[in-house]
Amino acid sequence: MSEKETKNLLEVSHLKQYFPVSQGLHKVPLKAVDDISFAIRPGETLGLVGESGCGKTTVGRTLLRLYEPTAGKITFDGEVLFDSGEQYDENDKLIVDATGRPIYGKKVNKDMLPYRKEMQMVFQDPYSSLNPRMTVEDIIGEPLDVHKLYSSKAERRDKILSLMELVGLNAEHAMRYAHEFSGGQRQRIGIARALAVDPKFIVCDEAVSALDVSIQAQVVNMFEELQEKLGVAYLFIAHDLLVVHHISDRIAVMYLGRMMEIADADELNNNPMHPYTLSLLSAVPIPDPETARKSSRIVLEGDVPSPLHMPSGCPFRTRCKYATEQCAMEMPQLKDRGNGHFVACHNK
Amino acid sequence: MSEESKYLLEVNDLNTSFFTDAGEVKAVNGISFKLEPGKTLGIVGESGSGKSVSAYSIMQILAETGRVTGGEVKFRGENILNYSEKQMQKFRGEKISIIFQDPMTSLNPVFTVGYQLEEAVLLHTNKTKEEAKKRAIEMLTLVGVNEPESRVKQYPHELSGGMRQRVMIAMALCCEPDVLIADEPTTALDVTIQAQILELMQDLQKKLGMAIIMVTHDLGVIASMCDEIMVMYGGRVCERGTADDIFYRPAHEYTKGLLRSIPRHDNMNEKLVPIGGTPINLLNMPEGCAFCPRCDAAMKICLTEKPDEIQIGDGHTAACWMNIKEAFEAQEV
Ligand SMILES: Nc1ncnc2c1ncn2[C@@H]1O[C@H](COP(=O)(O)OP(=O)(O)OP(=O)(O)O)[C@@H](O)[C@H]1O
Ligand SMILES: Nc1ncnc2c1ncn2[C@@H]1O[C@H](COP(=O)(O)OP(=O)(O)O)[C@@H](O)[C@H]1O
Ligand code: SF4
Ligand code: SF4
Ligand SMILES: [Mg+2]
Ligand SMILES: [Mg+2]
Repeated sequence: MSEKETKNLLEVSHLKQYFPVSQGLHKVPLKAVDDISFAIRPGETLGLVGESGCGKTTVGRTLLRLYEPTAGKITFDGEVLFDSGEQYDENDKLIVDATGRPIYGKKVNKDMLPYRKEMQMVFQDPYSSLNPRMTVEDIIGEPLDVHKLYSSKAERRDKILSLMELVGLNAEHAMRYAHEFSGGQRQRIGIARALAVDPKFIVCDEAVSALDVSIQAQVVNMFEELQEKLGVAYLFIAHDLLVVHHISDRIAVMYLGRMMEIADADELNNNPMHPYTLSLLSAVPIPDPETARKSSRIVLEGDVPSPLHMPSGCPFRTRCKYATEQCAMEMPQLKDRGNGHFVACHNK
Repeated sequence: MSEESKYLLEVNDLNTSFFTDAGEVKAVNGISFKLEPGKTLGIVGESGSGKSVSAYSIMQILAETGRVTGGEVKFRGENILNYSEKQMQKFRGEKISIIFQDPMTSLNPVFTVGYQLEEAVLLHTNKTKEEAKKRAIEMLTLVGVNEPESRVKQYPHELSGGMRQRVMIAMALCCEPDVLIADEPTTALDVTIQAQILELMQDLQKKLGMAIIMVTHDLGVIASMCDEIMVMYGGRVCERGTADDIFYRPAHEYTKGLLRSIPRHDNMNEKLVPIGGTPINLLNMPEGCAFCPRCDAAMKICLTEKPDEIQIGDGHTAACWMNIKEAFEAQEV
């Protein structure tokens, strides 16, 4: 474990993010993220997929501590940033006392400001995530100001111009306002801003989803080139599974706040094991008529259940054709099926 | 029925412009197509290429500043562009229906789902209130909404996105139109729900025999749904053909670029090839081929002459000079 810790850039274990919501007179917890664990290596891209509302954005925001985690442990670059103190044995079972309460270890809650520099986020909507009344120079310069990353006005300007060049924006764009740019250009501004502080890790939340395919290809390429150049790691959240497959080294599949499967990107696509992953992949319309004629969709019945009425046991069981009695009683744990392919299912 | 009855819908040289303070925005510049009953026509192209405006022109639901400036839209041989607004009101929904990306553009938030469905039925048929109620429940059942008897009492905001999309489809189909225009019907939905809706549309097409015009930017949806595909750029048709023509024998440089720019199973480990340059400015259209400023293969003639649609194969055309050998050779002297 300790050797692994030095290898991973980011480690997340037993992370929970509950939101209190009103139901009648009571507050009940909405379990947006419920006990998930994963790791990201330096310079790696981990894709995160799943239906709307399954908790992808919440994972990203919790990692950057835009939310205070409900429980779990987050380790970044060998440093524990957050630990709610629950302890787990070697079988990943919570360690409890005689009355069933967790036995807490050391709690950690580090001030995030020094780490904000290392961990950045790029958002979905290039139209609303940038302040339209700020110039490009000010948008990219803001994080430089916050973290005091220059010693003179000239240095600030130089940094901004080289960031603009890095993401393929012209220097003459510097004094123009965000609203004067196209979707693809705005996404570049947002990325230049994220890169300004030289982060090791960026959460890309639907960062290419709103873009036209040809612009999308430009931005995907740019993400890939920046990674080759700067060694930055990405958590790449998107609902387009083909784009995620293209950009990711590994892919994680979420359903109702839980992790269902994690594997190498090609392995997950060639050999999906979890029934949910299978139906998700089969639902993707393939841009190839021959394949489209041959393949049949596994159409999932109904919608995702509300996270306020989470099924007992496996959250997918209400839509799963392999469900058995055990599935209603026990939440399956993520288990290694070899080659780093993890699956949480009793029957597959 | 007259001799042209083979086609339900014929669009000939349609032109639509918006008259704005900045000038005339030529959104659609002479598109034509024919649609047979029971068939699906796909319209694909980048944002701003004129897909929606073409659809809205047919339905005559353009914004205030928009106007069809030329061409004809024939439904069963009759040019509906000559219809009065009163005639169109009856025509819409009964003969041709449209569904939108955002269901809330067709659903009214202050009325129940049942009320809205009943109103649509009452507007277009001689059914009584009781019969309309029955029809509403029938339609919801048809589109796979569970517990339709209680759903009719709900308001749109009480339903999930996929459910609202189904209600909108139910509303569009309750009078059994001959043509359904679907403008990005699944873009806002998850792939799983998208699969349900596409499956539903194909099912209903088989049952009711209607023709579908599928507007989308998703080449995956196009490949799996359409009998014929029309690729648009700058308000013009650059290529048309079957899915196999477009995907395996593309003959227009824009279509080729589009196919290179998307991730597919066979290019997962290669770099995507984006289409360079910036999207077209309709206020300032190039004189020759609209795609010329972004085309790597552009020749001299492309700068000055608009290419016409050139026959490539049976039902396969492309408006690209590359396909004319003479033009190509003329450049080499
Ligand atoms: N601040 C909040 N308060 C209450 N509930 C929330 C909050 N943020 C998210 N949720 C709920 O948490 C769940 C997960 O939301 P999240 O935004 O992470 O989904 P997502 O996977 O990113 O979906 P999408 O693809 O639609 O963006 C949803 O049920 C959502 O309604
Ligand atoms: N109300 C309007 N006023 C001015 N221009 C418009 C209006 N509606 C659409 N346009 C322009 O018409 C062109 C085609 O738009 P549209 O058909 O909506 O594209 P899409 O193919 O994405 O559906 C775009 O350049 C758009 O800006
Ligand atoms: S655990 Fe059971 S219900 Fe869950 S995915 Fe596996 S078989 Fe289906
Ligand atoms: S006509 Fe010329 S500019 Fe237009 S797509 Fe063909 S080669 Fe390119
Ligand atoms: Mg999200
Ligand atoms: Mg549109």
